[in-house]
Amino acid sequence: MATFIAIVLAAVLTNNFITVKTYGVCPFLGVSKNTSSATGMGIAVTLVMVLATLVTYPIYTYVMVPLKIEFLEIIFFIFIIASLVQMLEKIIQKVSPSLYGAMGIYLPLITTNCAVLGVTELVIGDMSKFLAGASMNIGWAALYALFAGLGFTLVMIIMSGMREKLNYYKTPKAIAGFPIAMVTACFICMAFTVFSYIS
Amino acid sequence: MNKYKKITLDGLIFQNPTFMLVLGTCPTLGLINSAFSAMGMGLTVVVILTLSNLLISLLRKVIPNEVRIPCYIVIIATLVTFARMFLQKFLPDLYDSLGGFLALIVVNCIILGRAEAFANKHNVLESALDGVSQGLGFTAALTLMGVICEFLGKGSLFGYEIMSFKIAMLATPAGAFLVYGLCIAVFVYVIDGFERARRVKANKLARENMLTEVA
Repeated sequence: MATFIAIVLAAVLTNNFITVKTYGVCPFLGVSKNTSSATGMGIAVTLVMVLATLVTYPIYTYVMVPLKIEFLEIIFFIFIIASLVQMLEKIIQKVSPSLYGAMGIYLPLITTNCAVLGVTELVIGDMSKFLAGASMNIGWAALYALFAGLGFTLVMIIMSGMREKLNYYKTPKAIAGFPIAMVTACFICMAFTVFSYIS
Repeated sequence: MNKYKKITLDGLIFQNPTFMLVLGTCPTLGLINSAFSAMGMGLTVVVILTLSNLLISLLRKVIPNEVRIPCYIVIIATLVTFARMFLQKFLPDLYDSLGGFLALIVVNCIILGRAEAFANKHNVLESALDGVSQGLGFTAALTLMGVICEFLGKGSLFGYEIMSFKIAMLATPAGAFLVYGLCIAVFVYVIDGFERARRVKANKLARENMLTEVA
């Protein structure tokens, strides 16, 4: 239970992917103009993160480590993620066209999202400080991926809300667009530093 | 010759990947709290981008159009794997300071973006030059912001302590976002100013030419 709480808090708040690790900032800045697309992107990323971890973690521990081909991890992981995203796109298109309409356009973008490759690289690395004494296994890896994705979605939604409000104000030409979005993101990050006192 | 000059200037200034196109933001924001790691990241990207542009441009007639993205990803991932082994062996300091962002060069939008937008349409020499100039544009931007963030946030430059006054917030991701945003704003403002001045000058020249012709 202690490990569960430690992982959830670490993934969502103290080590949030956007505000602390700065993984997955491209979609964070690109797709956060309105709340519905931000939510769709966040959920799609979370789904892919969990599935990718569920596939790459066993492959790494049970295939690549015994065969001593760990150095190929980047090539393996990016290929697994790319094919997983393609497969997921086709499955969603067949099973639920309405979901595909809402989420489909974000899926191809996810292949080149650092958050997905980042989480698969993180869970095979040193996770001892998040685990509170327990040993690493695929369950904790998937849990970490799930809550890291939810933390990503949370920040996406906060950001999109703020950007929707920002549309009501006139900004100078040089600041409009990315600069003002980054200053907004700066405030969100500052708010999230409060959580770094949790230990 | 003019074509090569245009490619170089585009990469360094007019299509600077960091300030004008805003690509590859994750490593930028994650590493500009130290000038050393920012510059190291930039130079690693220069090497990988040049080699990937070169290889993709060489293979552009061989790779079928339908599977080009997976092919590009394999080329880039192989280069990143080599770069990672090289840094681990020969530059362990840099390897440690780059951390997870070294593997994430694979999904850096600049490299895939240049492959897709430039290298598969241009010849080898132009693509290599584009890789070097885009990479150097990225490096220059990262080093500039790294110097600002490290100087104000840690009171040091490239690891050497300079002053004891520091604004610790600027060495965190929050400060990175702030500095990056303001740098883009200043850059865009300056470039806009240049463009406007150039347009005014061109108009004036055209009017004078017209007047002399009339006279």
